[in-house]
Amino acid sequence: MNILQIAWRNFQQRSLASVLTTISLALGVALTVAVLSVYGIVSDAFERNASVGYNLVVGPKGSPLQLTLNSVYYLSQPIENLPYTQYMEFMSKEQRAEQVAMYGGDPELGTRDGNYSAYVRGGFAIPLALGDYFGQFRVVGTTPDFFKKLQYGLDLDKPFEFTDGRAIEHHSEEYGYFEAVLGSRVAEEMKVGVGDEFFPTHGDPTGEGHELGFTIVGVMKPTGTPNDRVAIVNLEGFYLMGGHAKPIKDEDLSEAERAALAETSADKLKPLTIRQREVTSILVRTGNPLFGPQIQNVINEGIYAQAAAPILEITKLMNLIVAPLLTALMVITVITCIVAAVGILVSIYNSMNDRRRDIAVMRALGARRDTVTSVILVESLLIAFIGGFSGWLLAHAGIWLAGGYIEAQTGIRPGIFTTSPYELIILPLVLGLAALAGLLPAAAAYRTDVTANLNA
Amino acid sequence: MLNLNGLKKSFPQPGGGRLPVLEIPHFSIQPGEQSVLIGRSGGGKTTLLHLIAGLTTPDEGSIRVGDIELTQLSEAGRDRYRAAMLGYVFQTFNLLPGFTALENVRLGMSFASGRHDLGRAHELLARVGLADRADYRPSQLSVGQQQRVAIARALSSKPKLLLADEPTANVDPASQQQVIDLIRETCRDEQIALLLVTHTMEVADQFERVENLADLNLAYQAVAGATAS
Repeated sequence: MNILQIAWRNFQQRSLASVLTTISLALGVALTVAVLSVYGIVSDAFERNASVGYNLVVGPKGSPLQLTLNSVYYLSQPIENLPYTQYMEFMSKEQRAEQVAMYGGDPELGTRDGNYSAYVRGGFAIPLALGDYFGQFRVVGTTPDFFKKLQYGLDLDKPFEFTDGRAIEHHSEEYGYFEAVLGSRVAEEMKVGVGDEFFPTHGDPTGEGHELGFTIVGVMKPTGTPNDRVAIVNLEGFYLMGGHAKPIKDEDLSEAERAALAETSADKLKPLTIRQREVTSILVRTGNPLFGPQIQNVINEGIYAQAAAPILEITKLMNLIVAPLLTALMVITVITCIVAAVGILVSIYNSMNDRRRDIAVMRALGARRDTVTSVILVESLLIAFIGGFSGWLLAHAGIWLAGGYIEAQTGIRPGIFTTSPYELIILPLVLGLAALAGLLPAAAAYRTDVTANLNA
Repeated sequence: MLNLNGLKKSFPQPGGGRLPVLEIPHFSIQPGEQSVLIGRSGGGKTTLLHLIAGLTTPDEGSIRVGDIELTQLSEAGRDRYRAAMLGYVFQTFNLLPGFTALENVRLGMSFASGRHDLGRAHELLARVGLADRADYRPSQLSVGQQQRVAIARALSSKPKLLLADEPTANVDPASQQQVIDLIRETCRDEQIALLLVTHTMEVADQFERVENLADLNLAYQAVAGATAS
């Protein structure tokens, strides 16, 4: 018999104590692995989603982190709104004139290029309007450019694809301005599909429902991004919902605006005038990445808006909150492993009195001191390995079972063997500490007096 | 096979000083010879076996087994000697309770290099009449069966010398003769020298060579003489 077989027999001989020690170790490891693993999934999701295909988010003055959280992750509450004219600052003279002609507004707006238009030539600026909900999910008003110009994935080379239907259009024959595309999660949870109509609620998930509804024209394939958890609607339709038009004072209006407003008021399905419009934020990709810091400075020096770099904000968040959290988790991991190792030590050391005769017999049969020492160490490692591996499996089975919930929260559905790099240290750590824990009883085995214990 | 010369062993006393327990000027056993050693309890029989097994070391003298001088060996060397050359049958059997009969026998050959012969373990169990009890644990065997497993274990590494310390002391009378016969026959068949310690004259009378430790051990004689005077 080799040392491993002898150690395994010892494990079996004291099966109750061995199994209880192994279970306590497995539970400790499972808890730690689960926490670290979920932490890894969440932080990976945050980091990956920070790479979104645009380098700036422009919104009202306030916290840049809050702006990033509500525009990139659709978390937290929007700060405030920006006048639509701020969005028009990203357009060329021709585009601005077109907007004035289409929606009605001050003709002066169309006489010059937007202040930031030069920076986004070759890039894009996509407006977002937030504030409504479909069930528990955010409704995001935006333009068809959202689907035409944004891409996702590690290399930002994947266009949004649809399990069913298509992207929203600016205006369609069938549904006018009231088209919506749902993220995969929204469609699944709300049990709706293409052709169904929904009525967003205003302000929060339990808020008052709007009278106007959106018809679902597409359901996106899962992307593993926060877009899986939103209902994307046409910005024009969003503006037409009750309470979404910005109140304006008549005395501020030019003649042209006053005429356009009168036209809009008469037809409830006609797009709002420029002055009535607001955006929550604008997703901006500069034509050249080097323009990013430059335009950010220009915007931040202005009085209306701020520009935040999502990657920078998320990195700051990670460093400020998540990094200390990781440190705390690692400390908990080490403590858990130490407690587990002490459990092994106590279990084996308490059994040493019973083992002395066995050790003496083995020595009398020719076992060397280091052989009986190794048997104890290997037994300790066996408990650590079985407990550690079972705990790891238990944690991953738990994560797998909770995959739906995790996906709902993070946009990522972890597989049963989706591992976080942090958890890879646990098994070696447990084995190392178990080897240390085995040293004390192993030393007792080493010192066992053979002749005194043979006839005991 | 076994040669003891000028062997002395003493143990420290609680009040200080040392108590001599063994002083054997000379004792030897030839290869394949079967010898029995009798003596009273506390006469140093087990200490002598421990010395021959290399489990403890003498204060003085020489213990030679074959070509090996035990007193010159390191502890690891004595471990190797026990694993390779010595079989030991204990009075209390000393089977490992968590191991099956077969595993106990295999354990006897586990510590010598190149002797992991599963076939021999089965063969020995068959020889002691326990082929059908290979997977039984000691607690599932009778006392006599346990001692037979212990004998199989002692023989598993093909020793040159077998030490048997009161092998029938804990065995029921009906099984005593079986145990003695088994030990003697196996040693004879495998040309193993046997030194069997007993205080039972019925057992001793079956051997051609019977040594009384009281006659061999000068330390015992000195104590006995002092007590008599």
